[in-house]
Formats: sequence, C-alpha cells, structure tokens
Amino acid sequence: MAYTLLGKNFTPPDVHAKVTGAAKYSEDFRADGMVFLKTYPSPMPHAKVKAIDAEAVKKMPGVVGVLLPSEIKQPKDAGHAILTSYPVFVGQPILAVAAKTEQQAEDAIQAVKVDLEPLPFVTDPLESLKPDGPNALVGGNVANQRGVKLQQIKWTGKDFARAGDDTLPMGKPAIEWSFGDLEAGFAKSKVIVEESFVSAANAHHAMEPRSAAAYWEGGKCNVWGSTQSSSFAVPSLAKYIGIKPTDLNLVSEFCGGGFGGKAYSYPLMALPALMSKKLNGRPVLMRVSRADEFINGSARAAFQGWVKIGFGADGRVLALDSYIVQDNGSTAGFWDFQNFGMASSVILQPVAMRFRGIPVLTNTPPKGAQRGPGENQTANILEPLLDKAARELGIDRLALRLANAPGGGPNGKIGPKQAPLTSAFLKEGLEQAAAKWGYAEKIKKTGKQANGKIRSVGIGQAYHAAGYNGFDGMVRITPDGKLHIHTGVGNLGTYSYGATSRVAAEVLGYDWNNTVIERGGTLKAMPFNIGQFGSNTCFTMTRTNYAGAMDAKQKLLEIGAAMLGGKADDYKLDKERVVAKNGSGSITFAQAAKKAIELGGKYSGHEVDEKLNGLTKAAVGMIKGTGLIGVAKDKLPKNGTVPALAAAFIEIELDPETGKVEILDYMGVADVGQVLHPQGLDAQIRGGAVMGFGLAAMERYIYDPAYGRPNAIGFYQAKPPTYLDVPAELGSLAVEGAVDEQNPVGAKGIGEPVQGSASSAWLSAVSDALDGHMFNRVPVVADMIVNVVAKQPQSYRPLQVNNQ
Amino acid sequence: MTENRQDEALEFEAFEFPPDPADDFEWVPATPEVAGNLAEPPEADWRTAGTSRRAFLRGVVCSGVAVSASAYMFTVQSGEARAAVRGVERLISLNVNGKTRRVDVPPSETLAQTIRYRLGLTGTKIGCNRAECGACTVLADDTPIYSCSTLTHQARGSKITTVEGVAAPDGTLHPVQQAFIDELGPQCGFCTPGQVMAAVGLLKKNPKPTVDEARRAMSGNLCRCGAYPHYLAGVMRAAGRA
Repeated sequence: MAYTLLGKNFTPPDVHAKVTGAAKYSEDFRADGMVFLKTYPSPMPHAKVKAIDAEAVKKMPGVVGVLLPSEIKQPKDAGHAILTSYPVFVGQPILAVAAKTEQQAEDAIQAVKVDLEPLPFVTDPLESLKPDGPNALVGGNVANQRGVKLQQIKWTGKDFARAGDDTLPMGKPAIEWSFGDLEAGFAKSKVIVEESFVSAANAHHAMEPRSAAAYWEGGKCNVWGSTQSSSFAVPSLAKYIGIKPTDLNLVSEFCGGGFGGKAYSYPLMALPALMSKKLNGRPVLMRVSRADEFINGSARAAFQGWVKIGFGADGRVLALDSYIVQDNGSTAGFWDFQNFGMASSVILQPVAMRFRGIPVLTNTPPKGAQRGPGENQTANILEPLLDKAARELGIDRLALRLANAPGGGPNGKIGPKQAPLTSAFLKEGLEQAAAKWGYAEKIKKTGKQANGKIRSVGIGQAYHAAGYNGFDGMVRITPDGKLHIHTGVGNLGTYSYGATSRVAAEVLGYDWNNTVIERGGTLKAMPFNIGQFGSNTCFTMTRTNYAGAMDAKQKLLEIGAAMLGGKADDYKLDKERVVAKNGSGSITFAQAAKKAIELGGKYSGHEVDEKLNGLTKAAVGMIKGTGLIGVAKDKLPKNGTVPALAAAFIEIELDPETGKVEILDYMGVADVGQVLHPQGLDAQIRGGAVMGFGLAAMERYIYDPAYGRPNAIGFYQAKPPTYLDVPAELGSLAVEGAVDEQNPVGAKGIGEPVQGSASSAWLSAVSDALDGHMFNRVPVVADMIVNVVAKQPQSYRPLQVNNQ
Repeated sequence: MTENRQDEALEFEAFEFPPDPADDFEWVPATPEVAGNLAEPPEADWRTAGTSRRAFLRGVVCSGVAVSASAYMFTVQSGEARAAVRGVERLISLNVNGKTRRVDVPPSETLAQTIRYRLGLTGTKIGCNRAECGACTVLADDTPIYSCSTLTHQARGSKITTVEGVAAPDGTLHPVQQAFIDELGPQCGFCTPGQVMAAVGLLKKNPKPTVDEARRAMSGNLCRCGAYPHYLAGVMRAAGRA
C-alpha cells in the first residue's frame, strides 16, 4: 500500500538534543538543596543481617538521613527488594544514606557497621541441583515469575552419575510440554544430532547507569528515572513508592540504553523518592556508578542445556527434544528458558517436540530480559547444530534452513498449543538475503586462504514475539490546527515512538511538519501504553495510534456535519480540512478543534469511554477542553502470536594462530512487515548485529565460586564490542513483500532477533571454519579457538557456568 | 461514556497482558521469599533437607574465613569516592567553550565533575568514571581527552571544549553534529556527546580521514547500542567523504 509518511525517513524530534548535549538524562537534573544518596551494598552473596549500627553515622558531617530496610513497606510482588535485611547477592543494597555532598554520603556508608551472618551460597545452577547442593534462598532453589513457584528441587546422585561429565544431567523438571509423536519422529529421522551446551550470562551494561532523582511537592512525588518505558512504568513505580499512580510525576524523556534491563520501573528507581519522603520532600539524587550498574542492573540468564534433533533426508526437522537449566539469578527472574521452547518451535517448525526446563536460583544479581531473552541463546545453540546436521545429511546449510523456516505469510505455529503466527516471512528473508549477498558465490571461496587464515560463511536465524494489543491511543487537534500525538511508549533510542506516531498523521492526512509528539513524562498527558520492550512497539503502537486517530477522524467528520449540515458520512478529510464530498463546503481542522471545545462532551475530552485505562482517563483529564480529543482503546482483532523474525549471513576470516576472527562481510535481513522508518530499521539491524557479535564472541559473567563475588564488572572485563571489533559497514535488508495482516498498516517489530541472528551467524561461521567443531558454549573467545586448533583441552569443565 | 473528572479517585486495575494464543503458563507473582525482600530474615532452619553438614560447614567456613582474613575483599562496591583525597578548594580559572570561568575546585576533582556539577554543562556524560567508555570526552586544546580521568587542576591553561561549545553561536550545528543527525548516528544518545567530541577532535587534526583512520580515532568511545556504522558514516559525511 502506498503511504505518504510510512516507509519514509524523517528526523526524529529528539535527535537534535542528543547531538548538542541538551538531552537531559536522569542524572542531569539538579535542584536547590539537593542531597546525595548512597547505598550500603551487601559484601556477601547470601546473608542474614543481624544488626545495623548507623547511629554514629547520623551525626557525621553533612548526613541528613539514613533509611533502613525495616522502614520501607515493600510490595510483596516486587520482584526484588528495594532495601533488604536478607541480601541474596553481593552488592544488594541493605541501607541508604543521604548527605549534602556525594563524598559525605560515601564516607557515611564506609562508617556504617552491619553485622552479617553468612549463609551458604551458590553460583552454578547444577551445583544447587546436586543432592547436597546449597540453596540460593532460604525458601528453596527453584522459582520463576512465569509458572514456577518457589520450591526446592534436588536431583538424585543417579541423575548426575548417569549423565557423566560431558552430558547435561536431566532430573525432575519444573516445566514440561510436548506435542506430536516424538519417538516416531526420531525413528523416521535420517540424521540425529544431540549436544549438551552452555550459554553464559552477561550484564546489560547500558551506557547510562540507572541514576534517579526525586522530590515531593504538594503531596505529589516527582521522579526522574532511567527507563525504556513511560506510562507503563508509572503504576509499578507508584506501587514501589506506595502512592497512587496519579500522585506520581515521572520524567522519562531520555533513557541511556536499556536492552530490557530498564524495561519499566525497578525497585532501585524508588529509592530517592522514599528517602526524599523521609526528608520532607527534599530533592534527592542517587548517582549510580558503573559498578553499581552491574550489581543493580540486570543480566541475561545463563543456560546449561541439552538438545536432540532428528532430521529427514531433506533436512526437515521431524523431532526435537530439549532440556534447559536456567541460571535464574537470585530473584523471580525472567522466563528465558521457556523461550527456548518457543523460539525453536518457531524457527524449526518441528513435527514433534518436547521441552523440559528448570529455573534454578543462584546468588548472582537479578536476571532480567536482555534483548531476545532466551530466544537469542536458542539461536546461538541451534544454528551451529543445524550446520552439523546439514554436513551429515550432505545437503546445503541454507537448504536445510529453508526446509524448516516459516514463510508465506500467515503460516507457522508456535509452542505447545501449536498456536498460529500472525505472519511469517523468514523463508523469503533467507532467500532474498542469500541472493542479494551472494551466498552461493561466497561459499565457493571458503577454506584456507593464502594469508594462512581460514575463510568461512555462517547463517543465523532468530525469533521474538513482537506485538500486543488492547492499549490506548490518544491524539489532540488544537485550535491552531496542529496535531498533538500523545504517546506513553517510552524512548529507548529506536525512534519507534516517532515512527509509530506517524500512523496517526497518516490516518488524518496531516503534513508531518504540522504535528507535535507529546511524550517523555506524566505531565505530557500520556495515554496508558505498553512499554518499549519485547520488540513490540511497531505492532502495538501503530494499532493504538491508529485507534486514537480513527476516533479523531470520526469526530472531525461529525463536527463537519454539525457545522455545515448533513451527516458525517457526507464528509471526508483532505489536506487538513473536513470537506463535503459534494464540494459544497469545508472547514479547517483548526475550526473543527475550536468547535470541539465549544461542543464539549466527547469532542473535547470531557466524556470518555469508560473502558479506557485509568491512566488514560487521567491524561485526558489534563488536556480536556483544549482541543478535539481523539482517544480510544485498540479493539482491533488479533489472532495469533506476532513473530519478529530475522536472518543473517556472515563471512569471516579466522586466524588459527591467534584465534582472532575478522568479519569480512555481513548482511542482516528482517521480517518487519511494512517498514515504518527505513533508517531506523537499518540502525536496529546493524546495532543489533554489533551487540550480537559481543554476545557470541566476548561477553560473559565471571563469578568467583569461592566467595560468590563478581569478577567481570567494568566494561574492560564485560567486554562489549568496540569500533575495532566490527566492520565499518554492515548490510541490512527488509523482506520485500512482507505484510502482517493483523496490523492496520501491516507492521510488526524487530528489535530483538536482529541480535540473535547476527550472533548465531557468527558462531555458525566459526564452527564452519574449524571443520564443524561444536563448541557448544557461548561466547566462543579467542583462547577457545586456539585450543581447538592446537588440539589442546579447554580451560573449563563441561557445563560449567558463571565461573569460567 | 462517563464524565471524566480528574479529581475523582481513580481505580487502577492491575494491568494484565492480553492472553497470547501461544501461552500455556500461569503467571506466578513473586513471593516475599523469592523477592528477597523480607523485612526480617527468615527464622526457619535454612539448611535444606538435602544439605549435608559438610556442605553447610563449607558455606559458613568459606564465608567466615573470608570476612575475617580478607576483610578488604568485602568492602563496599561503590567505594570509588573513598580514595578521593580531601583537599582545600582553590579558586582557579578555566577556559571552557571560549569563556573564562572562575571556579572553586579541590585538588581531587575531575574535569568531568567540574564541567557537569559546577559549570552545569551536563552534555558531558559519565558512563564509567574510569576511562573505559569515552562518554565524557571533551577537547583540551583540540585534543580529545577523557574528562572523567583528568583532574581539573591539570586542565588549567588548556582551552576546553565541550559538546555545548561546538555549534556556532547562532545555533548552526557543527558539520559532525549535522552529519550524525543525517546518518541517524545516535540511538539512546548517552554516548553521543563523547562521539561528537571524538569526531570533532579527529577532523581538526585530520580533516580527510580514511574510514580506517576514523574507526581507530573513534575506538575509544563505546556505544552499547552498536551504532558504530552509523557514527562512522557520519564522520565520513562530515569530512566530505561520504
């Protein structure tokens, strides 16, 4: 479909502030009388606080307040504590001090005396599952916020003995599902591959540490927070603070990176507000350091797993059996392990499948969603394994993927219920990218080169669920004729807040220069929107903005009829005017807005659909009477899971002497349906690839198993990629002809699988360069490559995680 | 339709995601135990049924030994400020963005702190505070430096340029800034001021860099969003080589 705005580049309105330094992140706010907050981090990975002596601290120079865990009423479903007397990982905040200067606050923290009784701790999930293994928490060793209550599960000595050292032991799982006849599938298979594997945890490490500031005034709490989301963060943050959402003013105009780690609110964001409350509303700033960000930030869950896949002669997956042990961190965690089941069922569309999994608690920082949580680990494990099968079957690696990839539109199934996918064009993406990139020519040039290096090619694929429904959209036309698009989605840096807002302008036929995006804080009157996470913005927010704009459109037509006579059906919108179809007259949108204010009721926001979310109603209340208000809940039909799908092709040269891998050429392809913002899509495909190379080759958690302390905190240890780790140019492509029929403009999201497709392509290429060697471990770092070339043993134990 | 009154006590239903057809799982709210947010430590015997006396002792002994014998290991994480040497503030002159500013600065203060917290120029970001990420990059006499790892007293006598000082007085953007917009360089934007300053510094010394020269010159600036190809395209565009 031909659009005026969609599919075309635009300059996002916030980018100017980013290049001039005018963009304000949460630590950039200052206020008169502001004091500084520091926390006392637990020195132990698991302990019981027996006593806190902070009396002397209260008399130290500059100290204005001390906040203890007993003073905070913490929500029971918080996920993890704001302050705690029962720390479960090194660094967990126990108490907080506020002082007039940051140095005074730090001095006070140094002077606090906390008496701790150490408790047993564990950093490797399999250790906790052993019959006499320690539990990370007093109440048990297994839990997950999705489907797994806190409990103790121990595997038997036989479970471990039967497996041996190289294979994942598989005792009692916490979650199990299956579909199809697994045994029959394996019986029919020509080739069966079976591997145990490890995927390391890694910290999010957004560039902006999660600093926050707060003050109270007139009974309302004002918070500057670093969050990917705007309105979605409000109810949960209000709950942490203990107030009604309407009493919270959250400023979230910019977020210096999140990748899932700042999906919406988090307990630490509430701390300055709670301290400020104790100080009668005095402004409080909590400046978070890089080390604090590692501790209080979030991380991708590690996997220890096993998978067995049966292939037909043509490469079709006939049976897939899997088991994932997830490092759940010390809290409720995220459901990465379950996403292994979902992602493999989408990418491979197996005829029969079983998934088993267990989320095991460890005394490490809370694990949260990180870009493609579970799905990208899945891609990293599966893609080299598909290559192995292709080699054994004697078929092309691309052909094997094409035999399984969902394509052709509304085809494909997902998960245990084999529920439908709304649209899938992964197959087309593989074909189009292979042709454009020259896959067939490139594989002919693989092998040992004259320079001594080994050239190889890799292919990657990844999936993530990418869209929700049921949120609210809101627009306002003011008497000056401008369209104000109110969005609460958040600003992660993808510019999709802008790309999806353009749908409202498209529906109403607006000149983009005559629109204003209202966003970035509660005071901007934000409707209740889903947050900016889960690759969902493009699908979900195009729907809400479409709904809000369609409501405005109907009201414009009705006002046209009220002012010029006849029925709404007698009118149409054209060039920011309401025009009679018979040419008898017209009014401007500016005139219609004035009339809306005059008419009141639903036209001006004085009456609203009672089914709107409470926060949307509150937002309408802030702007009622200022123009024509279009506001509506997204009630468009949706039947199926929206899949974001991506594939990647990579050409590398591996130096067998040093283990260094150089990327020669790369092409990422994304199935996003209708492209909304080509330049923004390119930025996601390329940026996701860069982050993916870090996931595949560099980043990992390292914990000291003796003391439960982290040893990869700083950037130089966590090793995110730099300019020198990636090529200057990375190819990007959107699948041509793709459209998601369950979205009013055919669009869907992409943010996450563009990382997993890149990382898995890199791993596939490295394995291919080494004659199909299966590392079964991510990341694959240079010394591992050198060990393989030199036929030396690796420095880690099989299945060891977090301590490598 | 109901009358929309903002002052009315609003009900906020707990939001639930619409059911996804693929879902086959119930949602389990975090319990206080799993949340680790007990006001009081649990009184129950924390030794699990399967925990042997040996494992129990191992845990306690390891931790206990560490506490007594390796106390330094258990000092707080965020102890960077601890090392800061207290000293008397001295009034110094700093040339920042072409203006001479008189500021009281203690000997231990970094240039990033002075720029951000005393001069209010918050465009300069602190991403790591230890010369790893480059978010704090400013120019000292046209050379890019990490302001988080430069003492302000060391910068006396240098002409400091921050991101706020590169656009023309009438607001016209520096070619690097404009090119970063045109190439959609920034994503989250937190590293952008440092990227701008590194690029401006590069082009002052080498107005026509090759891509590889630009890549090396920019390599001290991390971008977690991975926007390197877009920033590089911006540098080359600003250099007139795009």
